Amino acid sequence: MALPPLPPPRLVRQLRTMLRIRRFEEALIDLAGSHDVGHFHVYVGQEATGVPALDLLEPGDVSYTSHRNHGHLIARGVDPAAMLAEILGRATGTNRGKGGTLHLASATHGFPTTSSSVGGLIPIAVGSAFAFRELGTGRVSAALFGDGALEEGAWHESANIAALRRLPVVFLVENNSLEALGQKANEYPSSTLAAPRLADLARPFGIPVAVVDGTDAGGVHAAMSEAIERARSLEGPSFIEAQTVRWPGSRPLWPQLVTGPTDLAMAWDPSRIGDEHRAWHERQDGVLRFAREILAAGAASTDEMLAFDREARDEMAAAVRFALDSPYPEPEEALRDVFA
Amino acid sequence: MAQTRYIDAIRGALEDEMTADPAVCLLGEDITLGGPFGATTGLVQRFGEWRVRNTPISEATVVGLAIGAATVGLRPVVEVMFLDFITLAMDQLVNHAAKLRYMTAGALEVPLTIRAQFGATGGFGAQHSQSLEAWFAHVPGLRVLAPSTPADAYAGLRAAIRSDDPVLYLEHRGLYWQRGERDDSAADNPWRARVRRSGTDTAILAWSRMVPAALEAAERLATDGLNVEVVDLRSLSPLDLETIVASARRTRRVAVVHEAVTTGGLGAEVAAAISEAAWHELAAPVARIGAPFAPPPAGPELEAAFVPSVERIVAAVRDLVDRGVAASFAPGA
Repeated sequence: MALPPLPPPRLVRQLRTMLRIRRFEEALIDLAGSHDVGHFHVYVGQEATGVPALDLLEPGDVSYTSHRNHGHLIARGVDPAAMLAEILGRATGTNRGKGGTLHLASATHGFPTTSSSVGGLIPIAVGSAFAFRELGTGRVSAALFGDGALEEGAWHESANIAALRRLPVVFLVENNSLEALGQKANEYPSSTLAAPRLADLARPFGIPVAVVDGTDAGGVHAAMSEAIERARSLEGPSFIEAQTVRWPGSRPLWPQLVTGPTDLAMAWDPSRIGDEHRAWHERQDGVLRFAREILAAGAASTDEMLAFDREARDEMAAAVRFALDSPYPEPEEALRDVFA
Repeated sequence: MAQTRYIDAIRGALEDEMTADPAVCLLGEDITLGGPFGATTGLVQRFGEWRVRNTPISEATVVGLAIGAATVGLRPVVEVMFLDFITLAMDQLVNHAAKLRYMTAGALEVPLTIRAQFGATGGFGAQHSQSLEAWFAHVPGLRVLAPSTPADAYAGLRAAIRSDDPVLYLEHRGLYWQRGERDDSAADNPWRARVRRSGTDTAILAWSRMVPAALEAAERLATDGLNVEVVDLRSLSPLDLETIVASARRTRRVAVVHEAVTTGGLGAEVAAAISEAAWHELAAPVARIGAPFAPPPAGPELEAAFVPSVERIVAAVRDLVDRGVAASFAPGA
């Protein structure tokens, strides 16, 4: 697999979206160094999964995501400035400061709500699929979650019901714990599952499974296209495991820019890659991989890509300024929207 | 208006709302068979299998599924077979349904009704008889209704289904076969408390099955010359503090009666609210009458002793009037 079989302008747009996500998260980590941002999770390293996958959803399709949601929202067009404002608890945020990083949502972009109770989004995503089927809308519901959510009982109940009723839902599992077994004691624990393969948890329900490299945009695109087609034609749910290595900066409980700000030129100039994080920069960073593939396909030049990257950085710098300049909500806001 | 049973009023409300709004659908275990007591009998024949949907025994996912369906246009009514089993769905109900409107700053509505049957009667034992309403009244964003009459069972369920908030609708097994007139006028607001019997000497505040018990106690006390008020709270969240406090001011003595265990029960909240609002107008501390701090027992004699009786209510009110404190009150009892 290589690039998704899409027209070059659309591939270029996907690259720009990946760069915007990467620069958003870097700007946030940077901001956390100077401001009290609180805890948050970043999507660094999974851009080549979320961007091509969500690019296949149509307006009206819903997607439910988790604590690691920033990349998903940007991929479907949510304004990064409003997202940063939300993360900082400002009145201009996507949820008027009442959701925060864990619950960023924008119904108009297909994110009705975001759940940070691990696995909690899965039944809700199945429920929207149930409604779509009952209402005959032809819409698709996507559940985007990490490998840890498969440890929850809700997964098994949801897989059963989705399969029984052939509901139009896609379970996209972003397994970012490939190297979990190699971690030292007291590092972030995850994927404590007796099943050796995540897809084994979907197969007994008769749910078709696909296991793809999460840095391979073409592979993600192919699996997701098939799953969405199956859902839209009411043939039932699908399970996709997209495998990535956890970005070293996400190994500590608080994200750190341990691999440095992304140097896009590493994609075509190996001499810029140092030894400390060689594996990451050479093989595991999906954004660099996608840039290499774009270049090889002739969809954009290095100069063009550097220009896109500058635009992304400028956009995020402006988003940070917007968020910091935004007012906090009035205290009364805390009391609103409890009941209808 | 003809007399109807409480359980038939529930079915009537489901039928009328499903007729009025095609977005209303039912989900639950064995509901196409009518459920364990017949509340949904005949509905699948009338509305079909997509709208009256049997589910696997998966409470967490069924409640979550209903939330996800509600967020994109359906108005689901979930039957939780016994309130005790709602414990399996707490994450969905408490962390999701109750909070989605708030976390999205009002962008999302969750028009979801959960019907749950409950009560210590029939010897179902500790896992099928609990009164857990205080847990849910403690959660902002979740409405809780506990009707005591067929009229309120009907009007309350219709109001719950029409509400744009998630509603936990508590139906008492011991009331299912009680008869009464159904009120279809919609003139009465089921979200407000209702004075069932006006009085001046003491107010008994109750809900669900304790309302008929309180009314019977009030009748017995009337033969002693005591004029007792009975207020049916009906909505346990939000509480109608206006009506509650007005009754306390009028009568100066209050007993809160519920079937749940007294410790940490909703009676404590009501007593505290009255004390804060009307301390200087009270002639006695607010008394709480509830079940002892024990799980509901199964055997008929033990179960009867567990549920607050009319005799206990009568004795407590007499104590309030005669001694200024209810003898039955003991911390933890």
